[in-house]
Amino acid sequence: MLSVQSVTGGYPGHDVLNDISFDVERGELLGIVGPNGSGKTTIFKMISGILKAKSGSILLKEKPIASYSAKQLARVLAVLPQHAEQAFPYTVKETVSLGRYAHQSGWFQSWSEHDEEVVQRTMAQTGISTFQDHYVNELSGGERQRVFLAQALAQEPEILLLDEPTNHLDLSYQKELLDLLKKWTREQGLTVISIFHDLNLAGLYCDRLLLLENGRINLHHKPNDVLNEARIQSVYRTKIEKHPHPTVPKPQMLLLPEKQAEDESDLLITEKCLTHAEEMITLKAPFPLRTMSSGVVGSGTGWYSTFVNRHVDKTYDCFDHKGEMTRFLEDHGIDPTETVGMMTAVRLEDVAFRFIEDEGVSVFVVVTAGVGNAVDASKSREHVYEPLPGTINTWIFVNGTLTDEAFIQSIMTATEAKVKVLHDQQVKDAVTGTIATGTSTDSILIAATQRGEHQAYAGTITTLGKLISEGIYACTTEALEKYRERRFR
Amino acid sequence: MQKRFTRMFLLNKRFIAYPIATALLIVAMLLGISIGTVSVPVLSILKLIGTEVLHLPSLGKTDPMFTTIVMDIRLPRVILAGLVGASLAIAGAAFQGLLRNPLADPYVLGVSSGASVGAVLVLFLNLSIPFVGMFTLPVMSIAASILTIFLVLFFARQIERSMRVETIILTGIVFSSFLGSLLSLMIALTGEELRQIIGWLLGSVSMRGWEYIGIMLPFFIIGSGILLFSTKELNAMSFGEERAQHIGVNVAKRKLWILIGGSILTGAAVAVSGTIGFVGLVIPHLTRLLWGPDHRHLLPLSILLGAAFLIVADLISRTIISPTELPIGVITSLIGAPVFAIILIRRRKESRG
Repeated sequence: MLSVQSVTGGYPGHDVLNDISFDVERGELLGIVGPNGSGKTTIFKMISGILKAKSGSILLKEKPIASYSAKQLARVLAVLPQHAEQAFPYTVKETVSLGRYAHQSGWFQSWSEHDEEVVQRTMAQTGISTFQDHYVNELSGGERQRVFLAQALAQEPEILLLDEPTNHLDLSYQKELLDLLKKWTREQGLTVISIFHDLNLAGLYCDRLLLLENGRINLHHKPNDVLNEARIQSVYRTKIEKHPHPTVPKPQMLLLPEKQAEDESDLLITEKCLTHAEEMITLKAPFPLRTMSSGVVGSGTGWYSTFVNRHVDKTYDCFDHKGEMTRFLEDHGIDPTETVGMMTAVRLEDVAFRFIEDEGVSVFVVVTAGVGNAVDASKSREHVYEPLPGTINTWIFVNGTLTDEAFIQSIMTATEAKVKVLHDQQVKDAVTGTIATGTSTDSILIAATQRGEHQAYAGTITTLGKLISEGIYACTTEALEKYRERRFR
Repeated sequence: MQKRFTRMFLLNKRFIAYPIATALLIVAMLLGISIGTVSVPVLSILKLIGTEVLHLPSLGKTDPMFTTIVMDIRLPRVILAGLVGASLAIAGAAFQGLLRNPLADPYVLGVSSGASVGAVLVLFLNLSIPFVGMFTLPVMSIAASILTIFLVLFFARQIERSMRVETIILTGIVFSSFLGSLLSLMIALTGEELRQIIGWLLGSVSMRGWEYIGIMLPFFIIGSGILLFSTKELNAMSFGEERAQHIGVNVAKRKLWILIGGSILTGAAVAVSGTIGFVGLVIPHLTRLLWGPDHRHLLPLSILLGAAFLIVADLISRTIISPTELPIGVITSLIGAPVFAIILIRRRKESRG
């Protein structure tokens, strides 16, 4: 469809582009990304015939762009500008109708039925039909953007060039516009080349990305390859982290704000943060902690600053326990969106906690334990599923910076330590009579301050692993002993 | 709702715009021919035009004095005023569209200064070119204005090959001030021709006769023809040159044609009547306020309104303190400015509605 071949050039006296070559297939959605001044707009100006290349050639449908007249080019290629000048108050329909200019011929340039049909269709597609008699200068930025999109579409182009199409748009319109463009590329074979500032949007929608750096192509490939953390960091010269999109298999590049002085204060999570009453144990962190947990609310991964372990009666109705828990937290003046909440039928006086420190890392472990429904995991098929309030609830707070691997290994290490406690305490599975490995409703939480020492791993014999093993073993044993004392008193 | 109603009303008004503007022009012409030291009844004018211009069979006797007054003095004067007004108005409308600036006027490119220098040079040196004789002044003036356009475009091209409108405006301003200084120099050095020069500079359409119409007409037809065939392109270019290029307009070529067309009209108008201000600025603006910015209608309507306006202005200039004639440029501004201000204020209030 479009072939750019070793193009060099730019403005008189200084070349912006240096030996640029790439091809665009019919029906492709190509995103052009790159920092300010990398030549994104210049390449657009060359493709749309505004600037001439100093050397190299641009072929549109196998014909050099220079061999097209302005009208011929406009019938194949349309451009959505970043902003269009507005000297006089034209109506929406007058503005869109101008897009038909290239399709009209002869001195009298009469308005045909087909012209009217195309204009009406594009206005409908972009959702501006209802205000076609309004003046363009009275519209909002987003509406105006859609008017000019309709104008470009009225040209019935095969290639559409968009210069930051989502610039003035609300989130919903950004999504709507890009969904629409993507659909047109698939259904009508429209070829779209778009400049993006937002790498994430580009990564979500584009088939391929062209990354420009100082007027040269850094990489022209699939979004996942182009949006490489190290590559983007070096091209954009800023700190960026790459994470997978939570629901679709696309990369997301996340900016990291500079740490401010207030973030640097080294506050530790210790028993000072803990308050416990009969109804619930609460830990309030002075700042949000990165958390991975299996709580009732705030489960999964996220950033939370309040942690609640709530006592409920054995007869607690587990229907809609999430909604009930949320209301409970709200009633107690706790914001559920910033809270990880767990439940237990165990008496909260039997809680065990411990602060352990070694080599600049420290952990604070909180455990409540009851083994009324202890289960041997190797024989769990003999049990019937029954949702009950959790019985061994384990919290681990780490004063350090953890990787995702360390989070996962922390859970493994903690579980291994817990199993060992049950073994040493000879806790039996009531159904099978064998030694239990846990209870059927245990919950765990790992929360890290993400400040201070980096901990890449948390296996059992790493620094962090040792602290966790020791803390869990000691606290779980203590909690279990208190629980048994109460039972057999 | 109020706003919407007004808008619909204005859109409908576009269809009756032409009858209204044409009627205005006809009324202005009849008034212009009728009123003067000797009053000519409208019926006699119609009869005279029927017999003398359209060569219809005689519609009855008319006073031979009326025939002389109408055919030799008033009719050519009114037609010339109309042509000048029409030329300045359409050139102004085109320049405002091309330069995307409602404050542009036909004189912005320095064409009028060029024409003035040519004319004043003739008066200053008492030139008379053989074979042209008494038409030395308009001929020199048109030649000077055309020379100015090409010099402006040539220098603009030297500055920047792509010739953006901003560059052209700047070059025009440089030429205007340079030529303006030349004019001042000649005026400073002049003696008894001073009144003649000033009178010419302030503009007048009196005592020109049919010959001047003969000089003016071809330029008017060519110039407005070029512009009327560029109306869609002007619409596109008012969204910016790049945008117009993307829509499919050959901007470089069209821009040149529009500049040349507008300059021919301006040069010819200045050559026959001096520098008459205000018409080229205000008539297009007024037309746009009344009937919208679409150049396909703006240009023809500006021709009609511009012609009518200048005929009325000329009528006032020669009758208000008769027998002394005021310079027509004084009148255009004196009546044009307040009328324009009133319309502007009323429209503002309406759109706030």
